[in-house]
Amino acid sequence: MLQLTFFNVTNGLIIGAFYALMAIGLSLILNLSGIINFAHGGFLVIGGYLAYTLRPYLGFWGALLVAPFLTAIIGLAVERLLIRRLYGRDPLYSLLLTFGLAFIIEDGTRQIWGANGLPFSVPEALSSALSSEFFFITGYRMFMVAMIAAVVALLFVLLRHTRIGVRIRAGTLDLETVAALGVNVRALRSLNFAVGIFLAGLAGVLAAGQLGLEPTMGDGLLMPSFIAIIVGGVGSLTGTLLGGLLIGVASGLTAVIFPSASEAVIYVMMAIVLLVRPRGLLGEEGMLT
Amino acid sequence: MKPQQHRRLAILAAVWGGLIFAPYWMPLFGGYTALGSRVLVLGLGAMSLNFLLGFTGVLSFGHAAWFGLGAYGAGFCLKWAALSSPLAILAGTLAGGIVGGLLGALLVRRRGVYFAMVTIAFGQVFYYIAFQWSSVTGGDDGLRGFERQPLDFRLFQIDLLHNDAYFYYFVLICFAAAIAVMAFMLRSPFGRTMIAIRENERRARFLGIPVEFHIWVAFTLSCFFMAFAGALYALLNNFVDPRVFHYSLSGDFVIMAVMGGMRTFWGPLLGAIVFVVLQDYISSITINWMSFIGVLVVLIVLFFPRGILGLMRQGRAA
Repeated sequence: MLQLTFFNVTNGLIIGAFYALMAIGLSLILNLSGIINFAHGGFLVIGGYLAYTLRPYLGFWGALLVAPFLTAIIGLAVERLLIRRLYGRDPLYSLLLTFGLAFIIEDGTRQIWGANGLPFSVPEALSSALSSEFFFITGYRMFMVAMIAAVVALLFVLLRHTRIGVRIRAGTLDLETVAALGVNVRALRSLNFAVGIFLAGLAGVLAAGQLGLEPTMGDGLLMPSFIAIIVGGVGSLTGTLLGGLLIGVASGLTAVIFPSASEAVIYVMMAIVLLVRPRGLLGEEGMLT
Repeated sequence: MKPQQHRRLAILAAVWGGLIFAPYWMPLFGGYTALGSRVLVLGLGAMSLNFLLGFTGVLSFGHAAWFGLGAYGAGFCLKWAALSSPLAILAGTLAGGIVGGLLGALLVRRRGVYFAMVTIAFGQVFYYIAFQWSSVTGGDDGLRGFERQPLDFRLFQIDLLHNDAYFYYFVLICFAAAIAVMAFMLRSPFGRTMIAIRENERRARFLGIPVEFHIWVAFTLSCFFMAFAGALYALLNNFVDPRVFHYSLSGDFVIMAVMGGMRTFWGPLLGAIVFVVLQDYISSITINWMSFIGVLVVLIVLFFPRGILGLMRQGRAA
């Protein structure tokens, strides 16, 4: 029982880390530009499949490094061509546009790489279990969590201590004032969007190593990421991180007691948060609400 | 009568004439009667969503939840409770409307993007329940084993099941009744208040209008209409599966409303006609129909955000 619980909590933490990685990217874009990126799962898929294509040339490590950057560049192009036109308009339109985009990406992936799942193996060094008793803690899982933790920590440091990071955070609170102070808001939003998509691409490569590739692999991660944002509180990246980990662990623990409810429990958590603390755990009143 | 009124009457006559004689003229263009019923049901769904989206200005991206509850409610009623089509519709409508109204009370204080996001997430709850709880809902395979029942008027019966045209007229009458209620509500002082909230929420609040309460009522009414459409959908297919809850169906309804023109009463129906016929046609000629719909959506958002009817109205004004 103890081992089972430990197994599921570990699982939950790993899943939670994924939710958080996705949700932080979504949250960055939502906070600064007021856009819910429905195609975020699509960008995750692009990241994974790009890594698959690059792998024969660059190896696992090269693909892991390069694929997220390529995904971010695609994201940047999408922002420049399509999404930029929708800033300041009713959020309905950006929602619909990214919804359509998600369709196009899914179909395009199927067209280019095929509808069937593809394998994406990780290097020998990472794939073995660390101990026989805790067989489920493979090197790759530890590596994923470490990687996500490092990237998120780096992001938080950059947001706090670099000029651009401070501008992004300031823009979240009051974009008009930031623009009036002479900051190029268009460039800021582009860069911010690209960073969000980079995180999605990275999540795609990491997920591919664990689960393999499928054109619909992003679908299952999108909703929990929304919920991570709602639970953590709109406007707070720390809240989003916390929300992601929390719902991951909660669904991991529920899997021990009542397996078929492990998906539903995160929605129950969202409902409770909305009832008890509508702004979310760390959200500020008045943000985007 | 003024020429403007003549024009209105002519348009109304054309719309209803087209709908009433649809089983006769549709086959000439390669359509079939069941497709007509489908257009009406999904069109009613889009109009129900637009009751909230276009006339109150509140974006719900999870309305498939109430549509799905209506569909499952009707299916459960026919399968286990009562062998009657009208009762099934009643059961479905109440199920979706009541649950929608209760959850709506949780949601109405949120606005804009946040409201949209919360409605999406709530919609998915029902998807997972329908998917996981397979002993009751049939899970991924869907709810089977029920059929729409004949309408029984004691003296005679109308066979809705085997005669597609009869069923089409049944749906048309339901559709007409629902949108008559909807139109009546929009003309009432309540409907005017909804539009006032859409145009300027802050000013409406300063005028002493209880904005949250009005939005909640509009949301709840919209849920009832949506569930009504969902119940008809269950009768249409004699089958329900969890995808009626999925957010992509919610998205489809929003697309129909926006494509037709969300600031107009008839726009969503027009959007539904275009969307359903296009989907039916494109999916029969290519497997890449998702891309076509996606590109269509992107083009609408970028170039025709007012929709077809909005564009025509603008053209007339110019």
